[in-house]
Amino acid sequence: MAIDMEHAWIPNSKEEIKREMLDFIGVKDVLDLYNDVPKDILISEDKWNSLNIGMKRPLDEIEVSEVVEDVLNKNIVFGPRKQFIGGGAWPHYIPASVRYLAERGEFLTAYTPYQAEINQGLMQTLFEYQSMMADLLDMDVVNSSMYDMASSLGEAILMAARIKKKNKVIVPEVINPFHLSVARSYSAPHGIQLKKYKIDKETGYLDIEDVKNKIDDDTIAVYLEYPYQFTGVVDINAKALGEIAHEKQALFIVGVNPISLMLYKPPGELDADIAIGEGQPLGLGLNFGGPYLGIFATKWKNELVRQMPGRIIGLTEDSSSSNAYAMVLQTREQHIRRSKATSNITTNSSLNAMIAAFYIALLGRKGLRDVAEAIWYRSHYASHELKKIGLDSPLFTGEFFGDFIVDFKKDFKEIRKNMLKEGILLGIPLANYVEWATESWGLLSFTEVHHKEDIDFVLNKIREFM
Amino acid sequence: MFRQAKWDEPSIYELSNGREGIRFSHINDAFRNIMGEISIDASVKREKDPQLPEVSEVEVIRHYTKLSEMSYGVDNGPVPLGSCTMKYNPRIALRYSSDNRLAFIHPLQPEETIQGLLKALYDLQFWLAEITGMDYCTLHPAAGAQGELTGILTIRKYHEIKEQISTKDEILIPDSAHGTNPASAIMGGFKAIEIPTADDGNIDFDAFLASLSERTAGFMITNPNTLGLFEERILDIERNVHEKDGLLYYDGANLNGILGKVRPGDMGFDIAHLNLHKTFSSPHGGGGPGSGPICIKNRKVVNGITLKDLIPGPMIYYDEKEGLYKIKWPGRYSPGLLKAFFGNVQQLLWTYVYILSLGPQGLKETGEVSVINTNYFVKLMEKYRGYSIPYGKRFRKHEVVLSSEPLHKETGVTAEDISKGLLDVGFHAPTIYFPLIVKEALMTEFTEGETKENIERYAKRLGEIEDIARKDPEEPKRWPKNTSVGRVNMVKANHPKTLIPTWRIKILRERGLIKTLR
Ligand SMILES: Cc1ncc(COP(=O)(O)O)c(C=O)c1O
Repeated sequence: MAIDMEHAWIPNSKEEIKREMLDFIGVKDVLDLYNDVPKDILISEDKWNSLNIGMKRPLDEIEVSEVVEDVLNKNIVFGPRKQFIGGGAWPHYIPASVRYLAERGEFLTAYTPYQAEINQGLMQTLFEYQSMMADLLDMDVVNSSMYDMASSLGEAILMAARIKKKNKVIVPEVINPFHLSVARSYSAPHGIQLKKYKIDKETGYLDIEDVKNKIDDDTIAVYLEYPYQFTGVVDINAKALGEIAHEKQALFIVGVNPISLMLYKPPGELDADIAIGEGQPLGLGLNFGGPYLGIFATKWKNELVRQMPGRIIGLTEDSSSSNAYAMVLQTREQHIRRSKATSNITTNSSLNAMIAAFYIALLGRKGLRDVAEAIWYRSHYASHELKKIGLDSPLFTGEFFGDFIVDFKKDFKEIRKNMLKEGILLGIPLANYVEWATESWGLLSFTEVHHKEDIDFVLNKIREFM
Repeated sequence: MFRQAKWDEPSIYELSNGREGIRFSHINDAFRNIMGEISIDASVKREKDPQLPEVSEVEVIRHYTKLSEMSYGVDNGPVPLGSCTMKYNPRIALRYSSDNRLAFIHPLQPEETIQGLLKALYDLQFWLAEITGMDYCTLHPAAGAQGELTGILTIRKYHEIKEQISTKDEILIPDSAHGTNPASAIMGGFKAIEIPTADDGNIDFDAFLASLSERTAGFMITNPNTLGLFEERILDIERNVHEKDGLLYYDGANLNGILGKVRPGDMGFDIAHLNLHKTFSSPHGGGGPGSGPICIKNRKVVNGITLKDLIPGPMIYYDEKEGLYKIKWPGRYSPGLLKAFFGNVQQLLWTYVYILSLGPQGLKETGEVSVINTNYFVKLMEKYRGYSIPYGKRFRKHEVVLSSEPLHKETGVTAEDISKGLLDVGFHAPTIYFPLIVKEALMTEFTEGETKENIERYAKRLGEIEDIARKDPEEPKRWPKNTSVGRVNMVKANHPKTLIPTWRIKILRERGLIKTLR
């Protein structure tokens, strides 16, 4: 029964050391240290050890490797060249040097930089993330991360409600349904209503008249997804939408894919008050849903910056007037303001923000543009070829980037299932997630990881199944 | 002797020189030949490239390597930040959580193709339920604070379904609680009612009873609390809260000290969050990402509905008929999702590896040694009269809060000065000025991951600082000296006239093109 519990990750678990420490403390048994816990809820050693926890005993590193290899091998992993799926998270190439830097222990194992002087490098890296992201977005202030784009949206809505003190937000009909669910969770307790504005069935662009009908004096914010993640459309009415919002004194929130901004007008130029986005394309894996990187930015306006959620790193000086970095405007945050804070967030997605910084720094202006163009070309090429075989592609005829909808004219789920057998993960069966799509619609996605022959291969397969 | 690297490292913008860090120049040639040039509608076409830096690969590596050398984590030395549970982050878990076989699993990949992963996550749901003594867990929330919000929204739904939300509008929270607790209560649409702490470090029971009412929707409790003390009357509190049909919420940030000894479920909690980036060793990454699963008791809400139906997050179940692990997304009684997709799966796989490695016996050892480490440190500190240990003599659990108020009164040296004196010998400082109920607080948590030798050195250094403060109270004000920069100017950092949150603001400021932020 008695297992020798010395463990490599618990340096003082060595029996002699433990004994010595207990003697010094002045107790006979470690249980004495729990003498203030009511007896009837203390769990006995036997009961605890019999619980279904792990393999009910410690495994050594070799054994653990065997178990986890098994976990990872029992999935069908579609290499990046064999998956054509996006909708809010996309397969991208992760450069080796980005991966390497992400695993530097000084970054990886650090806490939030509460002690500025010993974590300058970490803060400079986060400052560089904020700065490069600000340039991509053409916004002025960027925080050092939220959990993901969906939670950024939830927080943006709460922020708008704090500023405007009313309760209606309008969002596009085709909003990413996962983001909509999160926005609802964040909004509901405050009586904030989310109303949808219509999207034109031909072009995929927003219906300006409908927006004008839906917006009213209670509207605190108008949200644009740009590109729409579940259609791929980049709305040419973006700027007009912002103008309508501002006429009604509502905030204009724009949600982006940062890579698309190498080609498309950034939120700043669209006159967005708040820009949010998903940073996953910037060097992060898909990881079955997380962790990702919530981008959150505002214009240089007092009411916006003061109401912003999350941590911000700023540039200042040290005692000898050298450059130094620090966490700034902390009076917005929960550890200072408690119930008056702008958000409850503390642990965020800093490491992923640093990874985004490594990624952007490595690719630079040219490399990022190449990737953005690669996404544009591949998706347009695929759509073009699909049209040749008589499929409605893209289904919405408007401007698009990366993702697009194809009407396969028969149940897309069947086609997708057949594709799985060919080792291909093809798109998202939209009808599973949104009510505005039909069973025959699939959302396909292409990025820089796909070679022309990969795309031709999948196109050939589609031809076969049609 | 400690000397941190002190590179005079320019920003990546200043390093920019037009080189390429990675070349993708030809990846579009084949497509350009077929499709011609990219055409984008003028209304949305970006006209001006963003001002992004351009450097070669080796320059990127050197730049961020230097910056990493001016950073400090558990790999560098002790980081005894209280309530943060900064334990060793085992590399075997890093190996698997950053494996390409996980990295390329898309969040909407069909369930039947990822049975290995779903089974592991299913097992993890169970293990966490066992560890906490709860019935069900969702692995969805992205961090502790999001777990709190998830829990608060569940409490809200509970009272909505029972049609009593109009009277149930208060969440009780001890004054020793972390700032996220009141902030989460407010985000969930409640009022936060603060309950004071008694002299013995327990919740002031009379004050609690006085605040408890029909309006009480729930009580958020951190046990052991942020003083490192176990809430002795937890069972009485439980009874009283449930009598008023309030729900009891467990903030799991401090679970480490009671692992294998006492479980939230057995204390009567209805909802609990865990911080996998604390108790279960996933790294903190300079601020995140983490993961904050919540576990619940399957309490009845009304006939036919239990708390399980309210959980805002996906749960994995085993479909016996099809022999498949599947995901159940939140149903109609749930508030909805808190983040897109399943959860922070890298952290979940990390935790899976950690629990496998320790098993129940190792987790119990983790709890015990973390408590031994705390009390050993307490004992070492008893002889220093510059530091006191407020809130009584009881044994601490995962952490202890020292007060340097005696030293402060005597010499004017503050908790902040003391922390800089710790940095100077290569130790990270504790959490300072928290909890708010302790003056000049030094909230210290070594975790089970620290060596006895380092705990002794740490205590000794605190003693030295006390001596120095008495000899020359001005000396500590000049600390730190051995870190990459000296004491950081926080006034300038925050002043509306000098605030610089991004490089572009710095440039605009230098050119006099930016307004004062007010
Ligand atoms: C007691 C306590 N509660 C809640 C939290 C919040 O957890 P997280 O940082 O994971 O959001 C923390 C840590 O920051 C904590 O120490």
